[in-house]
Amino acid sequence: MTRSRAAHALLVVALAAAPFIVPQFWITLGNYIGLYSIVTLGLVLLTGVAGQTSFGQAAFVGLGAYTTAYLTTRFGASPWLALAVGMAITLAVALMLGFITLRMKGHYLPLATIAWGMSLYFLFGNLDFLGGHTGMTGIPALNLFGFELRDERRYFYLIWAIALAALWATDNLLDSRPGRAIRALRGSLAMAEAFGVNGARLKIIVFIYAALLACVSGWLYAHLQRFVNPTPFYINQGIEYLFMAVVGGAGNVWGAVIGATVITLLKEMLQDLLPSVLGRSGNFEIVVFGILMIALLQFAREGIGPWLARILPARRPQPVPEAPPLATRERVEMNGPLLDVKRARKQFDGLVAVSDLSFEIRPREILGLIGPNGAGKSTTFALISGALSLSSGEVMFRGEPIGNLEPYEIARRGVGRTFQHVKLIAQMSVLDNVALGAYLRGEAGVIRAALRLDRAEEARTRAAAAHAIACTGLAAHMFDAAGSLPLGKQRIAEIARALAADPVLLLLDEPAAGLRYREKQELAQLLRSLKQQGMTILLVEHDMDFVMGITDRLVVMDFGEKLAEGDPAEIQRNPVVLEAYLGGV
Amino acid sequence: MDLSIAALLTQDGITNGAIYALLALALVLVFAVTRIIWVPSGEFVAYGTLTLAGMQLGKPPGTVSLLVGMAIVAGLLEVYVCIRRGEIARAPRRLLLWTGVPCVIAALVWWSAPLNLPFPVQVALTLAAVAALGPLLYRIAYQPIAEASVLVLLIVSVAVHFTLTGLGLWFFGAEGSRTPAFASASFQLGNVNVNVQSLLVVGTSAALIGVLYVFFGRTLYGKALRATAVNRVGARLVGISPSFAGTLTFAVAALMCAFCGVLIGPITTIYYDSGFLVSLKGFVGAIIGGLVSYPLAAAGALLVGLLESFSSFWASAFKEVIVFTLIIPVLLWRSLTTHHHEEDE
Repeated sequence: MTRSRAAHALLVVALAAAPFIVPQFWITLGNYIGLYSIVTLGLVLLTGVAGQTSFGQAAFVGLGAYTTAYLTTRFGASPWLALAVGMAITLAVALMLGFITLRMKGHYLPLATIAWGMSLYFLFGNLDFLGGHTGMTGIPALNLFGFELRDERRYFYLIWAIALAALWATDNLLDSRPGRAIRALRGSLAMAEAFGVNGARLKIIVFIYAALLACVSGWLYAHLQRFVNPTPFYINQGIEYLFMAVVGGAGNVWGAVIGATVITLLKEMLQDLLPSVLGRSGNFEIVVFGILMIALLQFAREGIGPWLARILPARRPQPVPEAPPLATRERVEMNGPLLDVKRARKQFDGLVAVSDLSFEIRPREILGLIGPNGAGKSTTFALISGALSLSSGEVMFRGEPIGNLEPYEIARRGVGRTFQHVKLIAQMSVLDNVALGAYLRGEAGVIRAALRLDRAEEARTRAAAAHAIACTGLAAHMFDAAGSLPLGKQRIAEIARALAADPVLLLLDEPAAGLRYREKQELAQLLRSLKQQGMTILLVEHDMDFVMGITDRLVVMDFGEKLAEGDPAEIQRNPVVLEAYLGGV
Repeated sequence: MDLSIAALLTQDGITNGAIYALLALALVLVFAVTRIIWVPSGEFVAYGTLTLAGMQLGKPPGTVSLLVGMAIVAGLLEVYVCIRRGEIARAPRRLLLWTGVPCVIAALVWWSAPLNLPFPVQVALTLAAVAALGPLLYRIAYQPIAEASVLVLLIVSVAVHFTLTGLGLWFFGAEGSRTPAFASASFQLGNVNVNVQSLLVVGTSAALIGVLYVFFGRTLYGKALRATAVNRVGARLVGISPSFAGTLTFAVAALMCAFCGVLIGPITTIYYDSGFLVSLKGFVGAIIGGLVSYPLAAAGALLVGLLESFSSFWASAFKEVIVFTLIIPVLLWRSLTTHHHEEDE
């Protein structure tokens, strides 16, 4: 931490001193790098971390620039008011684009942003009141505390103060409750939703965050240049912003600054060099950019992020101090079943995967759901957890229908789950992964997290996660990257994450699959102790020895229907079950 | 607006729409087989027009150098792969296929350009030269990362678009070109004047739509190609080579784009960078078809053509704005009809 603090302090001093020492040319370049860094930072979050992308960031920059240009020149409005208006417009546009596209597959957002970027560019170029293709001049300089920021050297401070503030806020955001959820959006959406993350909503928020940063950069640009025309907001610039983000990589918010610096300097260099090498002038640096990008994505898809992470001082793991516990769920003693599956049915076109299945789970029992391959166990599991919706029938949890709720709504009611194929975020520490499980027990949002106002809640969340980790015996691995653990321990970490949500019912999807003998014993031990503490568990499993040893009752499925129900000893003697498993005796 | 203007605009719209439809089909084809959102398709359209224009002027078009250059890169990649796998014996054959064949096509174009051959022969050579660029592009830019996510492939596509635009400027220069029409004849139908060229454009597009629809919906090989997109490993296990499928797809798609270029040449002046706008209009059509349905994509592209033609009459300055804003209601409709959220790979 101290080394990292020192590095940050050094950077701030260097930036503060630059306008006094460095020639004008470099100040201009530094201003542009700052402006580009702000836009790229949004893309690092959106593309690098959340796995969504936009080619239309230049258009959002344009919105910020044109709003202030129009309001300040035509109405003499204060630039600060214009900033607020620009941000409001940007928010509305991003909200609309995001709402429309982000519910669908990932490639609709980038395609929509290409179209939106094109259409805004042509709009700027054809509206007479925005000056058409020639643009608008006479934008006033900014005034800050009585200083007129007419000089580029003074403006340098404003740009970099805002850029550093944005970096600080984004870094804070990534290390918080919403940050963990954002990091889960890429590739682990189903998992995140099972812990109460509303993925579609969070994606929209991230998209808006990135768009707002672009808008601020545009506002700064307009008052720096004091002139705007449509060209810098064309789709080509939008693509260059994305290149900056890809070069910078996702590992670190500083990747945005590095990406912006590398591309800006490279472009500057190529524009000087290429005409003399090629003997012709023209926009040929885009060939080099294009080839560079293709090579980068073929050979180093993570950009220079991982390399950066190695040379930058790593955040040392902070011990987790005791904190007041998070509120726990009220535990009502139920007389009837905790979970009641009533004639649940799931049909995929002609195929009936689950056919009018009924069973119940009583409080404080371990119920095993078994059956041969293709019996419909996983579909049943998905119906209960909300990953699939019912064709007909109902699932009641604590007397309330949950059959057609979204996964996060089911999670909110106290159902925790694990995944058949382990879904941990490999680069994130076990502690952070487990803390994601407690998502619904906190409420810090993006703004609170970005401004570091979430620390009290964050301490309690981390303490709760540490407690769940200790319960499951993983304390020694708390700060290891989840992906570095062996499979058995990863499965245990999944259970710890489910426990962090403070569930009443735990759904386990083949937790013993792929485990070695010792690991299975440890898992059985853990499940027994959870039951003693009052947990109810539904276990979907293949492994007979494992199931017979720890369950109270079993439900056997075959061809989507219930074949038998009873305690393990009964099931083992049941002739119908034996026939289904062994193909007749 | 009277009826004759409306008829004229409709004819214009349908002709342009048919060209966009061809392009939309190529985009759906490429996406269906390789999951690549083929942004640089527009550059192939521009290359098509500019190559034919070069042949018309009797000078070897820039395509020749581009083809030779890409063939050498692809050949080197193939040889490198052979050496790394210890299969040096296979290298000469691969080199012949990847470098030899494109170079022969390039030589043919180069040799024939000054001869002022009949127009259909020039068109055939143009199509061959531009179509040959397709597989080379796939080999160089996409095949090494064919397993990557749709998003990464899209970013590569955009990078390829940048590169090919820049190369277009280098090899073809900044001047715009027009090419002659296949047929300049026209006839009266009622009180509407119908161009034979328009009929030709619409007929070709309709025929190709039919062929693709039947091929992918009804034949085993077509279904196999679709399977490749869903699961590359699975396709390989049942005997389909994903890289062969990709190569073939890019050849067909590049051919279709080059043909678009030949068709659009007589209608508008094409510059090295005109392709992007054209391809984006194809995209709007393809998106209406959800990037999967050929008939819907074609219908969407026709809609784009008509919208463009009528808006150029009423609000010509905002023609592009209107066309690209169309995507918003289309996506809204798709979004509302998509019931459950889909997770990315």
